[in-house]
Amino acid sequence: MKLPIYLDNHATTRMDPRVLDAMLPYFTELYGNAASRNHEFGWAAEVAVDKARKQIADLIGATPKEIIFTSGATESNNLAIKGVAEMYAEKGNHIITAATEHKAVLDTCKKLEKGGCRVTYLPLKADGLIDLDMLRESITDKTILVTIMYANNEIGVIQPIAEIGKICRERGVLFHTDAVQAAGKIPVDVNKDNIDIMSITGHKLYGPKGVGALYVRRKGPRVQITAQMDGGGHERGMRSGTLNVPGIVGLGEACELARKEMPEESKRMAFLRDKLRAKLEAGLDEVFINGSMEHRLPGNLNMSFLYVEGESLLMGINDVAVSSGSACTSATLEPSYVLKALGLGDDLAHSSIRFGIGRFSTEEEIDYVADKLVDVVSKLRELSPLYEMVKEGIDLSTVQWAAH
Amino acid sequence: MAYSDKVLDHYNNPRNVGSLDKKAANVGTGMVGAPECGDVMKLQIRVNDESGIIEDAKFKTFGCGSAIASSSLATEWLKGKTVDEALRIKNTDIVNELALPPVKIHCSVLAEDAIKAAISDYRTKQVASVSAKQPELVGQLVA
Ligand SMILES: Cc1ncc(COP(=O)(O)O)c(C=O)c1O
Repeated sequence: MKLPIYLDNHATTRMDPRVLDAMLPYFTELYGNAASRNHEFGWAAEVAVDKARKQIADLIGATPKEIIFTSGATESNNLAIKGVAEMYAEKGNHIITAATEHKAVLDTCKKLEKGGCRVTYLPLKADGLIDLDMLRESITDKTILVTIMYANNEIGVIQPIAEIGKICRERGVLFHTDAVQAAGKIPVDVNKDNIDIMSITGHKLYGPKGVGALYVRRKGPRVQITAQMDGGGHERGMRSGTLNVPGIVGLGEACELARKEMPEESKRMAFLRDKLRAKLEAGLDEVFINGSMEHRLPGNLNMSFLYVEGESLLMGINDVAVSSGSACTSATLEPSYVLKALGLGDDLAHSSIRFGIGRFSTEEEIDYVADKLVDVVSKLRELSPLYEMVKEGIDLSTVQWAAH
Repeated sequence: MAYSDKVLDHYNNPRNVGSLDKKAANVGTGMVGAPECGDVMKLQIRVNDESGIIEDAKFKTFGCGSAIASSSLATEWLKGKTVDEALRIKNTDIVNELALPPVKIHCSVLAEDAIKAAISDYRTKQVASVSAKQPELVGQLVA
């Protein structure tokens, strides 16, 4: 076993060596521009791009023409939401999203609010799921778009996407989903799930960074979005710019591998995840699972280790790469807004760790991480005045803290 | 975040972890911070009745590595000092000793506050125990 151990697969994934092999020729001999229609270099690139389009479409039940290449999911989300807001401005100006979305969605919505759109940020239930009745009630005749992520990047909670899509379809509202964490990990089908627009990115499914895609439905309904960059009119006019051929080839290959290996792989990841959870729960008291366990990505575990602060915990497991919802570990010095949206107190958010198990995780690694965590949490609890008070029978919620 | 060697040393080998009898008259307890803010420090001192010197100090801290290191260092510095000398420990001394980056300065402030709170608790108890002993003393004098 090699240290450090990588268990942060929601942040990014290691590229699969098979993906790299597929990409390499397009950096060297096959360097054509896919838009060059009059020579062999261009044709070779175009063939490669078309193949990738099909590989991506096959993973999500789409047709190749519905795939628009982008630089990643941040761009895909921006293009989808701003593009719809602009295209359908005459129909309405209301967008519905949820409080636990990725910043690429939330900040895009905030920007649109400044430009006169109205945005509803749906709260979440304690288990991280949205309330479908609340969604229904929020839709008005001015609503043009609902954007709700498929699976959350912190707690791995999977939303009832097919039902959300059905509600939108019934009400004649477009439905966009950020499927970055779900695509390639669990079955995603744009038709069964009633999805109109969907964002994915290469680097979360063992593909390269800096390349993503946007699925844009062509039939029932035919979705139109206004381009957000002006230029050569590539990608059916929705996204100009010379295509990143090696990246696109990598994204395509990654999607094909994910499609073929998903049944086996998701079982293996769920086994490892459940083992990690069981070992942590056997070795420690006062641990708390954040978000629904039932509706969750197979590779995700998000746990709070009560009375231990997240950054000090990360320090103790410095040969394990995970992330924490603690304020100390975030750039903004605020605890995770996702955990707060579930109604967790800041104290639970400060004590949380996100584990992201991936394709290359091994059972030996999981055993090592579990043992190490039990050890470090126990040590830090010896140091924790909160744990001591709780063990003395003091209810912490009744304490008057000399807050800073 | 990269930690200084001294922060790592205190984190890996925290000094003076534990608790003193908070009911004892010569023990002062300071608890500062709040769980929602991500730091709570408990710092205790035991003062020698005769010499007025802090003969033991203990801490427990919920917080990041720098908070743990700041309080661990504080207990080291407190031992052997008089209460008045202890009051002169400044958060900037802790920042310098541990090479804390700007985002971690609040950890040192918290440690200074914990020292002050522990001393204040100790002094309050002393006043209370002196006045409680007064009638007894008077009685002895009369006898
Ligand atoms: C849910 C979600 N959406 C969007 C993104 C952004 O993706 P990208 O890094 O490709 O811009 C991420 C990853 O950071 C994510 O987890």
